[in-house]
Amino acid sequence: MPLPEASFHILMALSDEDRHGYAVIQEVAARTNGELKLGAGTLYRSIQRMLEEGWIKEVNERPAPDLDDERRRYYRITPQGRAVARAEAKRLTNLVKLARESGFAPGRA
Amino acid sequence: MTFYRWLLHVYPSSFRTEYGEELCAVFATERREASGLGIPVFWIGAILDVLINAFRVHLDIFLQDFRYTLRTLGRSPGFAFTAVIVAALGIGATTAAFTMVDHVLIRPLPFPDPDRLVNLYEDKAALGQHDWDIAPANFRDWKQGSSSFENMGAYFHGPANLVGEGEPQTVQAAELTVDLFPTLGVQPLLGRVFSSDDNRDSAPATVVLSYGLWQTVFASDAGVLGRKVILDDGSYTVVGVMPKTFAFPTREAQLWKLMRLRPDAYADRNDNYLYGVGRLKRGVSMEKARADLGAIAGRLAQAYPKELAQTGATVRLMHDDVSGQALLMLKVLLGAALCVLLIACTNLANLLLARAMVRRKELAIRAAMGAGRERLVRQMLTESLFLALMGGALGVIIAKLALPLLTRLAPVYLPIVATPSMDLRVLLFAALITCGTGIVFGVIPALRIFRSDAMREGSRSGVGGRKERIRSILVIAEVTGSLVLLVSCGLLIRALWRIQAVDPGFRSKHVLTLRTMLPMPKYEKRAPREAFYRRVLTETRQLPGVTGAAYTSFLPMVMGGGIWPVEVQGHPEDIAKRRTASLRFITPGYFSVMSIPLVSGRDVSDSDTFEAPFVAVVSESFVKRYWPGENPLGRHFDFGNHDRVVVGVVRDIKVRGLERTNEPQVYLSYKQHDQVGLFYAPKDLAVRSSGDPLALAPAIRRIIHQADASQPVANMRTLGDIVELQTASRVVQVRVLGAFALIAFLLAATGIHGLLAFAVSSRTQEIGVRIALGARSQGILAMILRDGMVLAGTGILLGVGLAYGAGRLLQSLLAGVTPGDLETFAAAILLSALMTLAGSLLPALRAMRVDPVTAIRME
Repeated sequence: MPLPEASFHILMALSDEDRHGYAVIQEVAARTNGELKLGAGTLYRSIQRMLEEGWIKEVNERPAPDLDDERRRYYRITPQGRAVARAEAKRLTNLVKLARESGFAPGRA
Repeated sequence: MTFYRWLLHVYPSSFRTEYGEELCAVFATERREASGLGIPVFWIGAILDVLINAFRVHLDIFLQDFRYTLRTLGRSPGFAFTAVIVAALGIGATTAAFTMVDHVLIRPLPFPDPDRLVNLYEDKAALGQHDWDIAPANFRDWKQGSSSFENMGAYFHGPANLVGEGEPQTVQAAELTVDLFPTLGVQPLLGRVFSSDDNRDSAPATVVLSYGLWQTVFASDAGVLGRKVILDDGSYTVVGVMPKTFAFPTREAQLWKLMRLRPDAYADRNDNYLYGVGRLKRGVSMEKARADLGAIAGRLAQAYPKELAQTGATVRLMHDDVSGQALLMLKVLLGAALCVLLIACTNLANLLLARAMVRRKELAIRAAMGAGRERLVRQMLTESLFLALMGGALGVIIAKLALPLLTRLAPVYLPIVATPSMDLRVLLFAALITCGTGIVFGVIPALRIFRSDAMREGSRSGVGGRKERIRSILVIAEVTGSLVLLVSCGLLIRALWRIQAVDPGFRSKHVLTLRTMLPMPKYEKRAPREAFYRRVLTETRQLPGVTGAAYTSFLPMVMGGGIWPVEVQGHPEDIAKRRTASLRFITPGYFSVMSIPLVSGRDVSDSDTFEAPFVAVVSESFVKRYWPGENPLGRHFDFGNHDRVVVGVVRDIKVRGLERTNEPQVYLSYKQHDQVGLFYAPKDLAVRSSGDPLALAPAIRRIIHQADASQPVANMRTLGDIVELQTASRVVQVRVLGAFALIAFLLAATGIHGLLAFAVSSRTQEIGVRIALGARSQGILAMILRDGMVLAGTGILLGVGLAYGAGRLLQSLLAGVTPGDLETFAAAILLSALMTLAGSLLPALRAMRVDPVTAIRME
C-alpha cells in the first residue's frame, strides 16, 4: 500500500525535530526547494489520519517562536512512524531500481 | 479571516473543533506573507484547499461509518433483515402506487401538445345524459361552424372480423374520420396515415394496423404495406402501421379503418354514434371553446327543435376525462400506500430507537473516549440511511413486481398503454422517500438518545416510563393507521359482497356464450341470416348435454347500450323526455336458456315472421311504467321504428350491469328485424348444458365452421365469466387494498410486540423486585397485557374516527354500504384487539417467567 505523498513528506519533515503545523509546511517547502507547498487543509487532514494510525503523536503545546506568542500544537514522529517511512523509502528505492532496469531512470541498474 | 472561519464550516464539526484554530493560524501567517498579485492566488488556493480537503474528510468519515455499519449490522442480521424488509414494504407500496397515479393522472398523454386535445360529446341535459355520442350531422356542423379548433376528428369503435389471415378472428377496431390522426398529431411507424385521397368514394378502402396486430398476425412483415386484408367481407388496403405506444381510443384497439361518411349518414340528427376529438387553436381557452360550440349547438337546437331540444355540447380536456370512480380509486391507492409507508417508517423508527437504547452503553463509552455528539449522530444516520437504501432498492423491485397486478386499476378507456413504466421520475420519487425515511427516522432516535438524561445514566439498564413516550406514540400511530386500512378494506369487501349478491335476473351457471359477428353485406338480407341461425341452433341443440340454445342481439352486461325511445298510445310524452327501453332481437327459447322466468303470455316464436304482426315480449318494469295494474297482453306501442304488440311479460334482468340502473327490456322476434339497423342483428349465442359448458366448445366451433367457414368465433366464455367480469375491477381493488391492510396490520403487530418485548427486557429488574415482594404471576401478566391494551385502545379510538372519515371519502365506491358499517368496524376492532393480544402475549409470558434472584443480581 503506497503511502500518500503528503504523509511521507510530513514524516520526513518531522524526522529530526518536533514541529508545529506551519513549521511542517515550511520544512516541506524547504526540503523540496519550494516545489511542494502543502495546503493547510491537506496538512491537518493528513495529520489527523497519521495520529489515528499512531505514526505521529501530539506533544505538549508551547509557544511557537516564529508565531508571536500563540500556543501551538507540536507533533513528533513515533517509532512506528519511522518504520512506516523506512518501508515506504524501501518500496520507492525498489521501484526506482526496476525503473533503471527498464531504462526509464538514469544511473546503473 | 471571518470569511475563512465561516468557510471552515464545510468541514465536519469534529474536524473543525480539533483543527480549526490551527488552520486559522496557518492561514493568518500565510496571508501576511502574500503580497501584490500573490493575494488573489493565495485566496483561490486557500478556498480550493478547504473545499477539496473537506470533501475528503467527509468521505473518510463516511467510509469509516460505513465499515462500522456493515460490521455492527453483520453482528445483528435479524435486526438488519427486519429493518430492510419493513422499509422495502413501505417504499415498495408507495412507489407502485405513485407509478400508477403518475401513469394515469400526471404524465401527459402520448400526443404532441396534449394540453390542446379535447374530447367532444353531445349533452342531452333533458334526458339526464351528459357524455352522449354525437350524430354525424351535428358533428359536421360543429366542425364547420366553430372557430376555436385547429382540427376536429371523430371516431367510433367496435369489433371487426379479420378474415383470410390464418384463423378468422375478431379484432378491436375503430373507424376514424380522415382528420382524426392529424388532430392527434401522431405519425405512423411505417407507411402513412389516411389522406384526403382515401376519403373519396371511388378510392379503395384503407386501414392502419396497430403495432401489436402487425407483430402477431403479420409477423412484423415490413411488406405489409399495400397488402389487402378482408374485414367483414370488405377488402381494405393496409397503408400504415402505428408505433407501439399509440393506443387510441383505448389500449385495446388493434386496427383503424377510415370512416367515410356518406350523405345518408347526415339524414338523422338523432343517430348518435360518433365520439369527437378536437385540437384547440393555440391560445384558445377551454371557456372560449365551450362558448363557441355551445353557441353552435344552441343554433342547431333552434333549427331542429324536434330532434335537438335541449341538446348542447360538452368539451373536456382529454387528459381530465377520467371517471370519478377511477380517480377516487387511484387516490385511495395512494392514500393506502402512504399509510403503509407511514406505518413502515414508524416501525423503522421504533426499531432504531430500541436499538439505540440497547446501544446506549456502547455509545456512552464512545462519547467518553472523545467521539463528539455530532460524530455519533452522523454514524447512526449512516446506518439508518444504509438500511433505508437497501430497503429502497428492494422496494423498487417489489413495486416493479406488483405493477402488473395494479394495472387493472387503470381505466381502459384512456389512450395510454396498459402497463406503466418506471421512469427516472418514479425512481427519483422512490429515492426521495427512501432518503426521507432514512434521515427523519434515523435522526429521531439519534437525537433522542443524546437527550441529556439518556446519556448520563448510560450505564444503567433501567428505562423509565417517560422515555417510552415517543415509542408509545409511534405504536399508537401504527395501530391507528392499520385500523383505518382494515376498515377501508372491510368496507370495500362488504361492497363487493353486496354486488356479488345482486340477482342479475338470469341464472349464469352452465351457460356457454360466444359471438358470431355476421359479416355484412353477406348477411344483409334476412334469408341468409335466418338460415345461419336455424342451422347453428338446430345442430347445437342436438349435441349431447345441450338443453337449449338461442341467439340474441347482445347478451346482458356484454353491451349495456341499445336503448330506444318508446311511444305508447295514450301516453303522450314530450319528445325530449321520451322514456326509453333496451331493444334486443332474440330467437325462440332465449328465456329458457337464460332462465329468465316468463310471467305471463308467451315467448317469441318462429311463426312471428316478417309478414305476421310485429310482437314484443316486455319486462315487468315496462308494464309497471305504462300499464300499471292492467293486463298488458295485446297492448300496442311504437318501438324500433314500428308498431309492436305485447305477447308476453318476463322478469327484469340487469342489462347494463350489476351496479347500474337498468332500463326496462323489450325483446323482439329475430324475424321482424329490418326496421332497425343491422347492428342489432342477433350475434351472441347462448347454450345451456347439463354439464360443463366449456366441454361443448369444440363441437360448437365445428358446427359454426361447417355453417360458414369464414365466420370467426369470438369471446367464447361462460355466462358466469361475464357476470364475474362485472366485479373484476372491484376484486382487484379489494386485493390491493387488502394487501396494504395486511402489511400494515403485520407491521403494527410487530411494532406492539417490539415495544413490549423491549419494555419487558428493560424492566426485568423491576419485575423481579415485584415478584420478590410477592406479586403474583397473573398480576405481572395483567400488567404487561394492560400496557399493550392501553396502546391499542388509544390507537383504535383514534383509528375509528379516522376510518369513518376515510369511509365517507370512499362512499361512491361502496355500492350503498354505509361508511359507518357496524359489522365492518366491529370486525376491524376485534382484529386489532387480537393483534395486540398476540403481540403482547409473548413479552407478557416472558415477564411472568422472570426469576427474581437473577433479575435483581443483574444490577
